[in-house]
Amino acid sequence: MAGRYFPQEENRELESKIYWFFVILVAGLVLLLLRAWHLQVSKGAYYLELSENNRLRVVKTSAPRGRIFDRHGALLVNNVPSFNLYLVLADIQDRTRVLHRLSKIVEMSPDEISTRIEERKKGDPYAPIKIKEDLSMREVARIEGHGLELPGVKIEAEFKRDAVSGPLAAHLLGYVGEITQDQLKKETYAEVRSGTIIGQYGVEQSYDSLLRGTPGEKKIEVDALGHEQQVVQEILPVQGDDIFLSLDLKVQRAAEIALGNRPGVIVALDPANGDVLAMVSHPAFDPNLMSGGVSSEAWQGLIKDKDRPLTNRAIHGLYPPGSIFKIVVAAAILETELATAEDEIKCRGFVRFGKREFRDWKKWGHGEVDMHRSLVESCDVYYYEFGREVGVDNIAKFSAIFHLGKPTGIDLAYEKGGLIPTRAWKRKHFNEPWYPGETLSVAIGQGFVTTTPLQLAALIAAVAGDGVWHTPRLLTKSQDHSTDEITLAPASVGDKIPVSKKTLETIRKALAGVVSEKHGTGKKARSDFFSVAGKTGTAQVVGRETHAFDEVPEDLADHAWFVAFAPLDAPKIAVVVLAENGGHGGATAAPLALRVIEAALAPSDDALDASENVEKKPVSQEELENDHG
Amino acid sequence: MANQPMLSRYDKLLFVVLFLILAIGVLSIYSVTGGTLERSKTPFYLKQISWIIVGWIIFLVMAWVDYREMARFAYPIYGITLFLLVLVPLIGRTGMGARRWLSVGAFSFQPSELVKIGLLFALAKHFSDHYPNGGLDLKRLLISGSFLFIPFVLILKQPDLGTALSVSIIFISMLFVIGLRSRFLIYSSLITAMLSPFIGQLVWNNLKTYQKRRLFTFINPMEDPTGTGYQIIQSKIAIGSGGLFGKGFLEGTQSQLKFLPERHTDFIFSVLAEQWGFVGVLVLFVLFFLVILWAVDVAVKAKDLLGTLLAVGIIGLIFFYFFVNVGMTLGVMPVVGVPLPLVSYGGSAMVTTLGMLGLLLNIKVRRLMR
Repeated sequence: MAGRYFPQEENRELESKIYWFFVILVAGLVLLLLRAWHLQVSKGAYYLELSENNRLRVVKTSAPRGRIFDRHGALLVNNVPSFNLYLVLADIQDRTRVLHRLSKIVEMSPDEISTRIEERKKGDPYAPIKIKEDLSMREVARIEGHGLELPGVKIEAEFKRDAVSGPLAAHLLGYVGEITQDQLKKETYAEVRSGTIIGQYGVEQSYDSLLRGTPGEKKIEVDALGHEQQVVQEILPVQGDDIFLSLDLKVQRAAEIALGNRPGVIVALDPANGDVLAMVSHPAFDPNLMSGGVSSEAWQGLIKDKDRPLTNRAIHGLYPPGSIFKIVVAAAILETELATAEDEIKCRGFVRFGKREFRDWKKWGHGEVDMHRSLVESCDVYYYEFGREVGVDNIAKFSAIFHLGKPTGIDLAYEKGGLIPTRAWKRKHFNEPWYPGETLSVAIGQGFVTTTPLQLAALIAAVAGDGVWHTPRLLTKSQDHSTDEITLAPASVGDKIPVSKKTLETIRKALAGVVSEKHGTGKKARSDFFSVAGKTGTAQVVGRETHAFDEVPEDLADHAWFVAFAPLDAPKIAVVVLAENGGHGGATAAPLALRVIEAALAPSDDALDASENVEKKPVSQEELENDHG
Repeated sequence: MANQPMLSRYDKLLFVVLFLILAIGVLSIYSVTGGTLERSKTPFYLKQISWIIVGWIIFLVMAWVDYREMARFAYPIYGITLFLLVLVPLIGRTGMGARRWLSVGAFSFQPSELVKIGLLFALAKHFSDHYPNGGLDLKRLLISGSFLFIPFVLILKQPDLGTALSVSIIFISMLFVIGLRSRFLIYSSLITAMLSPFIGQLVWNNLKTYQKRRLFTFINPMEDPTGTGYQIIQSKIAIGSGGLFGKGFLEGTQSQLKFLPERHTDFIFSVLAEQWGFVGVLVLFVLFFLVILWAVDVAVKAKDLLGTLLAVGIIGLIFFYFFVNVGMTLGVMPVVGVPLPLVSYGGSAMVTTLGMLGLLLNIKVRRLMR
């Protein structure tokens, strides 16, 4: 049997077939082996890279924004931890059920959640979608407790912007929000990824590039379902720079309190360099509402509010400057040498010009009025007479010298310019000649003239500060978070206004008289502690003329202005107060300015309390008469 | 011949080879399913070990009882397994979209696995009883072909394309060895060529949508990178990223992070290739080559035609499983869902494979006996 495996003769034939069979099988094995060699050795590196791409996912981690401080280092805007709710669509099988459950916990309807998902979802089903920000601890606890019934629901601890004092300086500090689609296309935000929180208004917006910081990166290992297994590599985010504003919290707070519930503006500047010490615009809003992801309902409410709480009236509101404008016209009169400070006119309470009668605010007139008295008592007739002679174009020229009618260039967006009319302007826009009567209105800051409160603040600061006009500035310095390195903001250069020292001196003296003299319109700004100079203004609201004097509805009542600086010999602060529909500048606005000045100059907080009493004094009829500006 | 030991050195080597293959399988299953799954459940690798034990019992049974005695009951065995197969569409259990299982108490099995044994015996007996000198003629082809046809259609209907193809491999392997008459070979190839569109049509119409999609995906996996194509792509990534030496035991990211589908069953080869690299693949191939070498030796040295044909059918079957499974994971065969013999997790396949190997040993040993 040895060597003969096949007992049957026919199996010899079979034997060779079986060997062929074996050869085919071995060929099959070799083919597979070659294929394995090809995948593993020839293209091994390629597949290794693919497998790394499979398992590793890069996640950006947001950087905390820099904090915002006032000039003395008082914290204005901070970051606080916030729990945000995210959904990962890929992990949700039964969306209806999960949303239904979730809606019971977070007080959002399933429809609202669905809308959020649709608004924010991107191509990647594993990318978490932010549903709600700033969950309450109760909500967090309930979601964590129901973890198993809420697949795909994630809570992330993140930072939320916190304006420490709520609505204080809301317009100036501004608010943050997720970058919009339009913003993403802009050059300014070239490095910003979608979903990033950026400054949308105020200082938050102006200095976003400083505050924003650099996002970090986390390389995480995920399984096939996208669940995080472990962090493989992490680049920590770099917090944005802290910034220090020129703002003085003490002054700002005093201004906020002084203005109270009135719609209006208070701006305080340092005449020496244009530093903004305070900027209040009322009504205000709470920036914390925005940083917590404002609900569309609340947002619509803010937008549609007819009191426009989102508008920064200090830079965006345009008002006739009223008698404040007389400062500019007075300078024009003296500088064009049309009259000397001593030249007098006789004020009988009105001027007839053409068919129209232009009235002084004082029915029976001021009598013999020189420049000093014209400012102290705010005589309109004086400016009707001389203003007409100076002419609208000269008034415009001096307005331009004082930077009125154009944006000041403060480091805030959306600043408006206002308007100082000229003959050329009138012809261009109305295709009409300039009527001489219109010059009379312009001379007392009415007619076509509009300015922002900030422009008037800068004006009075320039008058106070020896004729040097400064661009108002907010940023003083920034500080790198990791190195503590401080970068100073460039100082304002200042524009020497081409008006003679003598003219300025005359005006300053008169403005001091406004507050200090017996018949001064700004007596209410008088202080026991230091000398104050100022100018009252009462701006007629357009449309007022159609109403009889006593029946003016509240929203058409005059705007009350007061500009001031103090102390007289070495001014430290220049203030503008605008009380919308506040009536008389002297009565309403002047005391508010005083409180701000006192807060700024007082060595302690006692002055603040003292100023509290001033406003509460009853106003007599006589005083009212004299206060009219 | 009586003084020859019952088991040769090669037979003893086979046990070592089988032990190694089984160990590789258990380790691979362990690496992707872990020590404990859930508290209440037995880990997969332990279950697999118990199946291996059951498989060895069957191995011994199949090795012990004379295969010629078994062959006497070839037709009844075939009949019974066919009967069980017919029961499947009537009372069978559905799993993963196909009705393949029969349940007896807590124990469930696939009659399609058993029918392979039945068909193996029936065909081997038929051919050895009616050995066609010089090859098959038409009559023999039709008779033997009908043995195949019934289970083939029933399994295809389940649907289980992989098993349907594998039962036909038994027939094809034996046919290859026996051969067709040369004149008839020409005619039959002509007829097959003419009939193939119709047969193709028949097969195609009996495929489920997902099976058709698998075939399409095989041709172009990127067309459907998240569905069936996903499996092929992920498998190729797993194998390829293993490189020459692999990522190491329990270090395969593709399998550990579940990018790989059907990790402990159909794609166990990818798990192994990722962890142990081309070196591991080569080792597995050498082990399987040794098994086939040994099996071919059995076929050649068999005492009678019955033994030879049984051995050839078994070799064809085991090789088919190996080739289709590994080819699928390497992206050169469509995803038809056949296990890697002795390695993939699963009781039925383990028991049948070990049973068939037992039968081979039976054939090898019987040649020395009366």
